[in-house]
Amino acid sequence: DVSDAAARFCPKRSGSGMDREEVSTGTTIMAVEYDGGVVIGADSRTTTGAYIANRVTDKLTPIHERIFCCRSGSAADTQAIAEVVAYQLAPLVETAAHLFKASCYRYREELTAGILVAGWDRRRGGQVYCVPIGGMLVRQPVSVGGSGSTYIYGFMDSNYKPNMTKEQCLELTASALTLAMERDGSSGGVVRLASISESGVERRVILGNQLPKIVSTH
Amino acid sequence: MERRCLDAQFKGVSTGTTILAATFDGGVVIGSDSRASIGGEYVSSKTINKVIQVHDRIFCCMAGSLADAQAVLKAAKFHLSFHSVQMESQPQVIAAASVLKDLCYKNKDELQAGFITAGWDRKKGPQIYVVSLGGMLISQQVTIGGSGSTYIYGYVDAKYRPDMSREECLQFATNALALAMGRDNVSGGVAHLVVITESGAEHIVVPGNKLPKFNDE
Repeated sequence: DVSDAAARFCPKRSGSGMDREEVSTGTTIMAVEYDGGVVIGADSRTTTGAYIANRVTDKLTPIHERIFCCRSGSAADTQAIAEVVAYQLAPLVETAAHLFKASCYRYREELTAGILVAGWDRRRGGQVYCVPIGGMLVRQPVSVGGSGSTYIYGFMDSNYKPNMTKEQCLELTASALTLAMERDGSSGGVVRLASISESGVERRVILGNQLPKIVSTH
Repeated sequence: MERRCLDAQFKGVSTGTTILAATFDGGVVIGSDSRASIGGEYVSSKTINKVIQVHDRIFCCMAGSLADAQAVLKAAKFHLSFHSVQMESQPQVIAAASVLKDLCYKNKDELQAGFITAGWDRKKGPQIYVVSLGGMLISQQVTIGGSGSTYIYGYVDAKYRPDMSREECLQFATNALALAMGRDNVSGGVAHLVVITESGAEHIVVPGNKLPKFNDE
């Protein structure tokens, strides 16, 4: 994997005596339910300390045909957990979410992983489940995660309304991620979006210069 | 309290609070929440006013250690009134901010206090100055501070415009405080807002049950 290779070749910082820090997805991730599916989004920056190991990371990881997870925390931990869950196969979103919770809760002392599980299944339609650090599991209509998420709670609270359309959800997610990437040093790069519904998965990428121009205060 | 001191040394002192200031066309709004807590576990006051008047049209919000901030503000008020008598005119907002900056910078090793100073003067109209923990002084059109401010960076970035009317700016500030208080457990209570214009200063209090609600189930 590119991010692992970069971490191996990342030089030790000799002057300050700091050891190479763990590769982390200091990140911003978001997932929103709409009537008929879910929209998920993430930034694309992976850092090792202050070095950006990968600036085009894909943090939206497929678990099953219509179930994705958004990863935040330690890149290694979250990749490992996602592999374990995908291997066990989970046709229902709720099952996938419980599998994540089982791994995150059992090994909570050793892991640093905050994960959003989102997808579509025939039984309950679009669903978003949040598994933060510690291994709690809760279903929410909209959820954000990662280090950049603190900056957009206010924006999300004021702009999310129940029963939005798919386009509105995509716009909300793109705007929220842009705002977070603007303020959080550990989030950045491109915005990756995916919308998951009965008809399948549609992925898109918004490059840095195409991000929505939100009036900035600086 | 011991534990809180250790936490503070590790993370940096940040008063459990949300403070903000924003300029609009003709004036400035400065506001804060009203909660004082001990270690994030006990609310020691539900209605503390963190917006302090230092002169007729100059107000300050404090951040950091409340004790340090109160001491600095007391000294600053004295300096400022003396200065205004000497100059035989109303002090400029930057004068108030500079007095605070001087005190914070010269005593930076002992103090841990930062301020948002907002006001109106004849020379430059409505202004906001931020004095940070080490004593840096900068001017901004809109600024937020305190532990609750992290949750509203996105909202403020998206919603603030420099040419708002008085009502729009008041609504913006009220919404921002309400959103921060909704997510930060050490900010809360009522919203204290002061609107400063050429004609004077108006203090508005929005009680908790009248604050705007955002998906609060």
